[in-house]
Amino acid sequence: MTAGGDTTARDTILARVREALRVPAPLPHMKSHAAVAAAPAGPDSLTILPVEVARPWLPDGGETAEERLAILTENLGKLRAEVQRAADLTAAAAQVAALVRERGWKRVAWHTHPAVEPVAATLGCDSYRLDSTSFDKDALEACDAGITACDAAIAQTGSILVSSASCGGRALSILPHVHIVIVTLDQIVATLGDALDAIRTKHAGRMPSMLSFITGPSRTGDIERILVLGAHGPKELFVILVG
Amino acid sequence: MTPGADTTPHAFEAETPRLAKKKFLHDAAEHVRDTGHRAFVRKALGGYYTSRDAQKARFRDWEQARDAASLAKWSAVNRLDELLPTFVANFEANGGRVHWARTADEARTIILELLRDAKAKAVIKSKCMTSEEIHLNAALEQDGYGVVESDLGEFIQQLRGEPPYHFVFPCMHVRREEISDLFGKHLGTPPTDSPEELTMIARRHMRRLYVDADVGITGANFLVAETGQISITENEGNARLTAALPRVHIAISGIEKVVEHLDDLAVLLPMLATAGAGQPMTCYNTLYAGPRRPGECDGPEEMHLVLLDNSRTAILADPEQRDSLHCIRCGACLNVCPIFKNVGGFTYGTTYQGPIGSVITPHLRGLADWNHLSGASSLCGACTDACPVRIDIHHHLLHNRRNAAATSPSRLERLGHRMFVMVASRPWLFAAGGAMFRKSLWLLKKLRPPLLRDWLATRDLPAAPARSFRSQWRARS
Repeated sequence: MTAGGDTTARDTILARVREALRVPAPLPHMKSHAAVAAAPAGPDSLTILPVEVARPWLPDGGETAEERLAILTENLGKLRAEVQRAADLTAAAAQVAALVRERGWKRVAWHTHPAVEPVAATLGCDSYRLDSTSFDKDALEACDAGITACDAAIAQTGSILVSSASCGGRALSILPHVHIVIVTLDQIVATLGDALDAIRTKHAGRMPSMLSFITGPSRTGDIERILVLGAHGPKELFVILVG
Repeated sequence: MTPGADTTPHAFEAETPRLAKKKFLHDAAEHVRDTGHRAFVRKALGGYYTSRDAQKARFRDWEQARDAASLAKWSAVNRLDELLPTFVANFEANGGRVHWARTADEARTIILELLRDAKAKAVIKSKCMTSEEIHLNAALEQDGYGVVESDLGEFIQQLRGEPPYHFVFPCMHVRREEISDLFGKHLGTPPTDSPEELTMIARRHMRRLYVDADVGITGANFLVAETGQISITENEGNARLTAALPRVHIAISGIEKVVEHLDDLAVLLPMLATAGAGQPMTCYNTLYAGPRRPGECDGPEEMHLVLLDNSRTAILADPEQRDSLHCIRCGACLNVCPIFKNVGGFTYGTTYQGPIGSVITPHLRGLADWNHLSGASSLCGACTDACPVRIDIHHHLLHNRRNAAATSPSRLERLGHRMFVMVASRPWLFAAGGAMFRKSLWLLKKLRPPLLRDWLATRDLPAAPARSFRSQWRARS
C-alpha cells in the first residue's frame, strides 16, 4: 500500500507490540524442564529450541534406511496412498504406462526432470509437458493425471515434499485428478526436520515460492466427519519408489 | 471495548453486544433441550477421540512434545517486537507485499483496494478464520464482488448463510440430507445420501471457479520469521489451488502467528494435525514465499499479506493471558469441551467458539459484554489438557471472571460473598446456618424463590441429610 496510512498502521502496531512486551510473561507450564535445560544458556536461553531437542519426543522416523522405508510404506498405506516399488526408472515407466492403459487416461501432464522424463517418454497417451513457458491452466485442468518428482519423502509422517522449483510448479501436483510422484530411495528421510534440512541445502537459503508437504490423497471430513478422499485435490496419490 | 476494536453485525452475532449474554442464555437453553442435535454432534466427534489417541500414541513423548511446541510459541510471541519486523523484511525480500491493519475495518479497506487494483471479477477463497473475524465476505459482496468459499464445510455454510459452527469443522452440525437439499436448491443436483457423492458435487462445481478466479484469498497458520514464508494447513487441496491458479494471492493473518524458525514447524505441524483432527499430518502443509519466481511454471504474479492486529496487542499487553496468543487454532479444546458439546457452536455468538474463544473474545470485543462466556465453563480443565501448546485455558476463564469482578462488580455477588465470609469464619454460625438449611430445604423447593428458579427449572434439589457433615465425621472417628 502506498498510502501514508499504512506506515502509520505499521508504526502503531509495532509500538503497541513493544509497549505490550515491556512486562515479561511467565514461562509456560511444562511437564519437565528438559526443553528449557536443553536450550543454550544465556539471556536468550529460551529463544531457541533446536528441533533436535524435540526429535526423540516426536513420532519415530527410523534409524536405518530399511527402517525408514518400512515406516514410510506403512504410513503411506494408512493414508490410502498407492505405493509401488520399481527397480529403476525403466520399470517405473512401464508401471505408469500400465496405469494409463488400465484407466484409459487420455492426457497426462508432467514436467522436465531427470526422474520424470523417462517415465513420460513411454506413457502411451497424449502428454502435456509443463515448463516456465508452456503453462496453461485450462490444458492442465483437462489432464487425467500429473506426474512429478519430489524433494523428499518423510517416513515419520508419510509425507511427500514437493516444491515449485523442482516439481513442476504449484498446480501440477494438485489440479489433476491423480498425482503420480516418483521418489528415489535416496530421497527418503526420517523426519520433517530432516526434510527441511534437505530443502535448505538444496536451495541454498532462497526458498522456492512454494513448498508443500503432501500427506496422502486430498481428503475431507466435513460431512458428518466421514472421511471422503478427493475433495479438491487428487483423489488418488501413487507413490512410485524407485531403487 | 478496547479502543480500535471493531465489530460489524453478523447474522449470528448479537445485534448489540449488550444482548450477547441474554442471547447466550437463551440459545444455550434451547440447544441443551435439543437432544437430537446434541447426540448428532457427539456422534460426529466420536471418531475424533479414537483417531487422536491413536496418533498421540505414535509420539514417543506427547507431553514433552507439547513442551517443545509451547516453548516455540512462547519464545516467538514474547519476542514479537523483534520477529515481526524480521518476518516482514524476509517476506518482502521474497517479493511479497505486506499491508498492516490495526482494525477489521482497515483490513477490509485494504483488501477491497487490492481487489480494485487487480480489477478482480471473481474471487475464490479458502478457509480463513481471520476473514470471518473481519466479516470479509459481507464487505466483498456489498462492493459487488462474487466470492466463493472453496473449503467444503465453508461452502456449505456460505450456501446456508451461516458462519462456521466450529472453527475447524464448520458444518459438523449439518446432516447429509440437509446438504443434499441445499445442493439441490443452489446447484440443481439430484438428491443423494452419500457423503462421497456430495463431496464430488462440490468438487465438480468448484473446479472451473479456481481456474477462472482472478484473486485467491487464503489465511495463514504460521509466519516463519527466518525465511519469510507463510504456512497454510489444509486437507482438501482448495487452499493450494487458491494460491496456485489466480493471478493475485492475498493472505490474511493475525500478527501473533509468527514463529522464529522453519524447524519449529517440524514440531508444530504434526501436533496441530494430531490435536485438531487425529491425523499424523494434515493433508497439505504448504509454505509460500512470495509470488511466482522466474523459471517456475506457474503461480500468482502478486502476493499480498494483510497483517491484522484487531486487539491482539491488547492480549499481548496482558502477561497473564499472553499465552492465549500461542493458539494454533487446532480446535482440540472445542472437541473435548462439555459446554461446547451441549450448547453448540452458534450459541457462543463469536468467531472463535469453545474454550479458547471464551478466553480471547472478551479481549477482542470487550470484557463487560463477553465475560458470560467465561462463566459458561465447568472448569474441568479438559481444554487445558487437550491444548497442544499448553495454553492455560481454564485458568484464563477464571482470570476473566476475576477481572470482570474487579472492573464491574456485581452488588449481589459482593453481598453474597460478604455474607459467606461472615458465616464461614464463625463455626457456631456455620453450624447453626447448616442446621437451619437442612430443615428448610423442602421449603426452598416449594417456594422456588426467584434467585433459584432458573436453576431449579432443570434440576431437583437433593434431599437434605439428617445430620451435618461434621457430626457424621465425629461419629466415624
